[in-house]
Amino acid sequence: MKILRKGLPFGIMMALLLIPGLAWAGEEVPKIDTGDTAFIMISAALVMLMTPGLALFYGGMVRKKNVLSTIMQSFIVLCLISVQWVLFGYSLAFGPDQNHIVGALSWLGLNGVGQEANADYAATIPHLVFMVFQLMFAIITAALITGSIAERMKFPAFLLFILLWSTFVYDPLAHWVWGVGGWLRELGALDFAGGTVVHISSGVSGLVAAIVLGRRKGYGAEAMVPHQLPFTVLGAALLWFGWFGFNAGSALSANGLAASAFVVTNTSAAMAALSWILAEWLHHGRPTMLGAASGAVAGLVAITPAAGFVSPLSSLAIGLVAGVVCYLGVSVVKRKLGYDDSLDAFGVHGLGGIWGALATGVFASKSINEAGADGLLFGNPAQLGIQAVGVLATVAFAATATLVILKIVGMVTKLRVTADEEEIGLDLSLHGEDAYPDIMSGGSLMGGKMFGTAGVNSQVLAKQ
Amino acid sequence: MKKIECIIRPGKLEDVKDALNQFGVQGMTVYQVIGCGLQKGRKEVYRGTELTINLLPKVKMEVVVNDRDADEIVKIIIKAAATGQIGDGKIFVSPVENAVRIRTGDSGEKAI
Repeated sequence: MKILRKGLPFGIMMALLLIPGLAWAGEEVPKIDTGDTAFIMISAALVMLMTPGLALFYGGMVRKKNVLSTIMQSFIVLCLISVQWVLFGYSLAFGPDQNHIVGALSWLGLNGVGQEANADYAATIPHLVFMVFQLMFAIITAALITGSIAERMKFPAFLLFILLWSTFVYDPLAHWVWGVGGWLRELGALDFAGGTVVHISSGVSGLVAAIVLGRRKGYGAEAMVPHQLPFTVLGAALLWFGWFGFNAGSALSANGLAASAFVVTNTSAAMAALSWILAEWLHHGRPTMLGAASGAVAGLVAITPAAGFVSPLSSLAIGLVAGVVCYLGVSVVKRKLGYDDSLDAFGVHGLGGIWGALATGVFASKSINEAGADGLLFGNPAQLGIQAVGVLATVAFAATATLVILKIVGMVTKLRVTADEEEIGLDLSLHGEDAYPDIMSGGSLMGGKMFGTAGVNSQVLAKQ
Repeated sequence: MKKIECIIRPGKLEDVKDALNQFGVQGMTVYQVIGCGLQKGRKEVYRGTELTINLLPKVKMEVVVNDRDADEIVKIIIKAAATGQIGDGKIFVSPVENAVRIRTGDSGEKAI
């Protein structure tokens, strides 16, 4: 997403060359490109679909008593952040720079964000299109965290946490990396589509939240088996599909760079799925569907920061390592350390994101993107150091801020459901609905009646 | 009358059902159940974490038959359900005091 302005249209350039005086006559009004605009609007819609896809990906992995509450967390994030972003989130992330840390509040309520282009971010598409494309990133990032806290967080605490997290962690972080004047952007850290901003931040925050909340009741003692893996595979497929908008769309233009990002995205996902199942095949004797789906997501995560800077062959290497690193993270590291990152938001997004950000410093090449930089393999080892600074800053900031936010939320309301509510399942205890009622001839085996509560009450009243 | 309850491999349900039908047993009740016996559990692996599942899926079939047919029917079930491996299942036979057909009110052997 870095600095990818399109060249001025040829005719205007010629005119400027021929009549040098005109070049000083004032700034050119950027011209909206219909192809770019159409592509980024479609990309925004693709990224939007990733969040319901994530809901299915996660929903299939929980026990059946928690599937609706898990899906709802992602779905509500879609709604909550859509409102937050329009009101003040976008302004905090992309508004006029304040000390390289955060955007000013001058774009509150999208004031001044209109149908004309903003040349600082994307010169050929309406500012509104850039804004809504970025909105979808803010949504999926917050939703990713739900993988770590699944099956045990109170709903009001969750809503408050997500609102504060997006405002005080995501928005500043997006400004650091992508905002004009942001300090990591000025340092030269490369993050094409959000490896640090999206994946490291959500993965690390998820880990902190999982530790603060504590393990699920019975974790380690009883088998917690995914209840509906076909959901998970469908979710992974929707994530993969949406990721083309995420990465290729981050070129912010329908051009060759977008094509390059598209190809490396697909390649890395495929390679990581293969390397994950190979690792588990060697380790446990069987390749699994859950492993293939998880590996694909790990590969997508890892290529995200590198998507606009690396060649297809480099993306093979990035995917290959991502599948193995994330597999070891969720199968070995998690067990050794004993935290309950329920659905491995940290194992896949945190670790995959860290690997991807560092790999960008290794494999980036100016031959792919002139606006980028060369990495270690192309004679510029300093880039790897810059990437490491970006990773460390993101990890430290996300972890600290998440801890503080959870402590504050914990003072206002209970973070965790009661043991009874957890036992019954969050679908029934928090939301009063059941994903899989035992249907027999249209009714319920539970013997419920339509308007049941009212009926019982009126009978009780009649007897009195 | 006797009630014959048999717990069999899910894959043997069709064989047992056909064999009983051929003998003339028309009514039966079949459940999907899980349980354990001599057979060891199986291993499942999710994201590299191994789980041992001890309760294995089986099918439980109940038929109520005339006293004089009971032994023969047990033999038929054994023949249809056996593989010779651990995990073939069990058969339980118990006396039944009465049976009633709800539609007609018939009771005793007429009702089964």
